[in-house]
Amino acid sequence: MRIINVEEITKNIKEMCIEANHFLSKDMDIALKNAAHTEKSPLGKQILNQLQENLQIAGNDMIPICQDTGMAVVFLEIGQDVHFEGGLLEDAVNEGIRQGYTEGFLRKSVVNDPIIRENTKDNTPGIIHYKIVEGDQVKIKVAPKGFGSENMSRIFMLKPADGIEGVKEAVLTAVRDAGPNACPPMVVGVGIGGTFEKCAILAKEALTREVGSHSEIPYVAELETELLEKINKSGIGPGGLGGTTTALAVNVNTYPTHIAGLPVGVNICCHVNRHVIRTI
Amino acid sequence: MEKHITAPITKETAKTLKSGDYVYITGVIYTARDAAHKRMSEALAEGKELPLDIKNQVIYYMGPSPAREGRPIGSAGPTTASRMDKYAPILLDLGLGAMIGKGKRTQAVKDAIVRNDAVYLAAVGGAGALLSKCIKKADVIAYDDLGTEAIRRLEVENLPVIVVIDCEGNNLYETAIREYAEV
Repeated sequence: MRIINVEEITKNIKEMCIEANHFLSKDMDIALKNAAHTEKSPLGKQILNQLQENLQIAGNDMIPICQDTGMAVVFLEIGQDVHFEGGLLEDAVNEGIRQGYTEGFLRKSVVNDPIIRENTKDNTPGIIHYKIVEGDQVKIKVAPKGFGSENMSRIFMLKPADGIEGVKEAVLTAVRDAGPNACPPMVVGVGIGGTFEKCAILAKEALTREVGSHSEIPYVAELETELLEKINKSGIGPGGLGGTTTALAVNVNTYPTHIAGLPVGVNICCHVNRHVIRTI
Repeated sequence: MEKHITAPITKETAKTLKSGDYVYITGVIYTARDAAHKRMSEALAEGKELPLDIKNQVIYYMGPSPAREGRPIGSAGPTTASRMDKYAPILLDLGLGAMIGKGKRTQAVKDAIVRNDAVYLAAVGGAGALLSKCIKKADVIAYDDLGTEAIRRLEVENLPVIVVIDCEGNNLYETAIREYAEV
């Protein structure tokens, strides 16, 4: 058994919130640079170049890449040989978010109740997903999620008979409807299978997978490639102002499901696809 | 076509802007997003005055991140305009000159733009650090308690935007996509 003081979780979450909002991961950086070279629309190219410049300013001057510094989504993969001490784990995560968003000059975008809507003024609570795994380590993923793209995400409860063609149509419908609202070029996270809530979580986690990587399941990898090509032929382009770069990646995760169902979650992320991963 | 304009914006200037133009704005503009629009709408319903003289003004749909010391503002890119669609026509009818945001608008907003010789402009979403450099001064003028959603008066220099819906009702989101769609 390994004992971890929850203060260590707080400290890491705080740093990761600040890092994620000022620096994109290397895979995203490369994908955006490549897109600026291959984009065919002159205005699209200009927008992609502005995004490069924006990333440089963000990192150099410590100004968040986007003013919507998101709701903090935290994935915790906890080794089952870990014992936490020093307080409640959930409180420690939220304290990390509180410190990160306050000390890091990040925007406080969370309201206490969906109808009453009073700002909590410290961006808490976050959205925390726990998974218990083997071992004595804790893998933390912090993925601040902006709502321009979150609002354009969808769940489709398809019928088994709809099959893979139905899945493709669902993803393309979500992307077309999102259009300029989701700040393209987007990253599209897709979850297929499970239940109503499982497909949404699969889709969310798919967004944290490296851009340019592919599923180990051959048909899923093919689906990712085909969907990316089709999305980039939609004409939506950077900023939704026309062009050949509408998405940088389509990441698909799958899970077993029920004989009667084919749930599909489509979680759309803008080009500021933020995630920081640490293992402690 | 590249153009330079000053804000506030007169109807005469708005009429010269065509869908697809790349425009640099210098002058004074105001921020307002969801919660501020709701309050302005409630004020109008109660017969009260708006916190700013809306005529010929430019409203930027934006809620900034906090400013670090010595800076006027934090990250400052556009938010999705469609959430303000419910409130925009009445403000346009009261003389609002232009809106800056990102994303699609409803037919009702488009009709109000045409009816009032106004214009809908898009700033690049997710370029908040870059856009913040064009903002030289920012002061909260109303609804301070709303935090990032308060109404701010901004002094901007060469803020880059693209004309999406012009006063003739042309919509770049529709025309530009057609040009590159391969279906």
